[in-house]
Amino acid sequence: MSYSGPAEKGTFALVAEFTSAEALLEAAEKIGAEGYRETDAYTPFPVHGLSDAMRFHDVRMPWFIFCGGLIGGFTGYTLQWYTATIDYPLSVGGKPFNSLPSFFPVTFEATILFSALTAFICTFALNGLPKPYHPIFNTPGFQRATVDRFFFAIEKSDPKFDPEETRKFLEGLGAVAVSEVEN
Amino acid sequence: MALTPLNDSMITGAQDYASIDNSISSMIIDQKRHTRPWFIMFTIGIMGTGLLGTAITWLLYQGVGIWGNNIPTAWAFDIVNFVWWIGIGHAGTLISAILLLLRQPWRNSINRFSEAMTIFAVMCAGMFPLLHTGRPWVAIYWLFPYTNIMGLWPQFRSPLMWDVFAVSTYFSVSLMFWYLGLVPDFATLRDQSKNRFARVLLAIVCMGWRGSQRHWHRYEQAYLILAGLSTPLVLSVHSIVSFDFASSVVPGWNVTVFPPYFVAGAVFAGFAMVLTFAIPIRKIYKLEDLITMRHIDWMAKITLATGLIVAYGYSLELFYAWYSGNPNEWDMTLLRRLTGPYSWAYTALIICNIVAPQAFWVPAWRQKLWLVMVVCQFVSVGMWLERFVIIPMSLTANYLPSANRMYYPTFWDFGMFLGTIGFFIMLMFLFIRFMPVINIFEVKDLLYKLLGHRDAQIAIKPVEVGAAVGGGE
Repeated sequence: MSYSGPAEKGTFALVAEFTSAEALLEAAEKIGAEGYRETDAYTPFPVHGLSDAMRFHDVRMPWFIFCGGLIGGFTGYTLQWYTATIDYPLSVGGKPFNSLPSFFPVTFEATILFSALTAFICTFALNGLPKPYHPIFNTPGFQRATVDRFFFAIEKSDPKFDPEETRKFLEGLGAVAVSEVEN
Repeated sequence: MALTPLNDSMITGAQDYASIDNSISSMIIDQKRHTRPWFIMFTIGIMGTGLLGTAITWLLYQGVGIWGNNIPTAWAFDIVNFVWWIGIGHAGTLISAILLLLRQPWRNSINRFSEAMTIFAVMCAGMFPLLHTGRPWVAIYWLFPYTNIMGLWPQFRSPLMWDVFAVSTYFSVSLMFWYLGLVPDFATLRDQSKNRFARVLLAIVCMGWRGSQRHWHRYEQAYLILAGLSTPLVLSVHSIVSFDFASSVVPGWNVTVFPPYFVAGAVFAGFAMVLTFAIPIRKIYKLEDLITMRHIDWMAKITLATGLIVAYGYSLELFYAWYSGNPNEWDMTLLRRLTGPYSWAYTALIICNIVAPQAFWVPAWRQKLWLVMVVCQFVSVGMWLERFVIIPMSLTANYLPSANRMYYPTFWDFGMFLGTIGFFIMLMFLFIRFMPVINIFEVKDLLYKLLGHRDAQIAIKPVEVGAAVGGGE
């Protein structure tokens, strides 16, 4: 899981490095099956199937966006309805003050705008970004996590974490390197 | 067939993840890659921007009287250019959002710079209606709903208000979509850059992105939903732009086919502009392996397809003019276009938009880059002429013949239009120099998928790829 609180001394995680997405996927499946849950993978591009392998599931985002859209549509319509019928009623060509068809475009645009803003903000907020420092950056060779290497971390907070056992387990998964990363 | 076989792949050459990184990020990290062509184009852009600045300054000082607009032609170059620029932006959203939803992975190597094009085109477009108000800072109270001291509100029954909301939403959503796509690429650049200042700057703009799978998971959810939101948005934007005309009673404007036909025209012009930039850039920066002939071919096909929809729109326009039984509609839509004082514009429009793109039917011609470039210029000019024919020309003759009056643009009309083209070129070339011009992580994803499907016909040498990525050894 994500790092929280001030950096305390000690191990953050054991990090295994892989050279291909396939190898990482295979390893992640085994790690998940072994029962590790406080894990994370670091990859240069989204590898499909990895979330399932890690037993990670999060569906909050679409609901947030849906609510954002509802609020947007409501705001857009209310704005028009309030200004056109209550605050400044103006008869244009004898049309009703609450001109429903004419109010559709702005309601629609407001729905889109609010949902998109929600999506944008939620991406960063739910991911805990911006975060300038994270212990994973202490991993040797981690610069390549955004280029062509695939990392898998089992964090110390995992109940099954054992410095010796976990390391042995990771080494048996075809990792090119396993390193202990400090906070 | 006697034709040279088309290179049927989305990535060519012996590639691995690092080599993809290298060919894209070196454009930013190694600034020496930007040589004479960049400086020439940038200078042209700067000069255009100077012209734009001059035109705007003179306009604000003197007023809209410096333009050729008159009564009845109150809408002229300003609105023509607005619609033209907005349309050009639409290809970017089509590529980034609609092709993503349709699972067309070839979009991955062209979406970034077409999205940039969208944003810059909308910036150019937005200037025109604002400046058409003469004093934009005074116009704000009837453009934006805020509690002003006069107690007034905008008129939401007006298509012009819808336009304000559509275009500003479009700009905001495009910007967010673009930035979201840039975040992982900024992280890649941060990790590759040697320059300390650049590293710090990139670390800030990438928000400390670390490529965590938990982040990717939510990122992809958001990205896909944003694509889903942008798709109806982009269709709505040009539809709403066309409402400005379609909902009026002006002969030549009052046509219900406008919304879909404007959207098709927008994509048509937009793809022509994407090709206009893609062809030289891939050549100058040696990106032929990432923007392949296959991409050019597909884009040319889309240009042709949307061009045919536009042609269909033209014929429907004529049909409705006849079917309405309104003599003024018929006079404006057919007789004046064919024989009136602006018939040159209509003829040129038909040649540019309908005749020229037919060249794309021939597969071999779609591979001749110079020919594709030439056709795209025809399309750009043609789409501009289309808006010219529809907007000012329809206004020159109304129901009352005594009110008919010709429209002649002035130097400042052209000055501001050419100025925005220069501004656009300047922004594009700054973008090429300082931002990843191709979406790095999506191309890697594409490479991964291409390699994953071993049965796919790809021109990547299997042995080298195996050694570089596939083996895991």
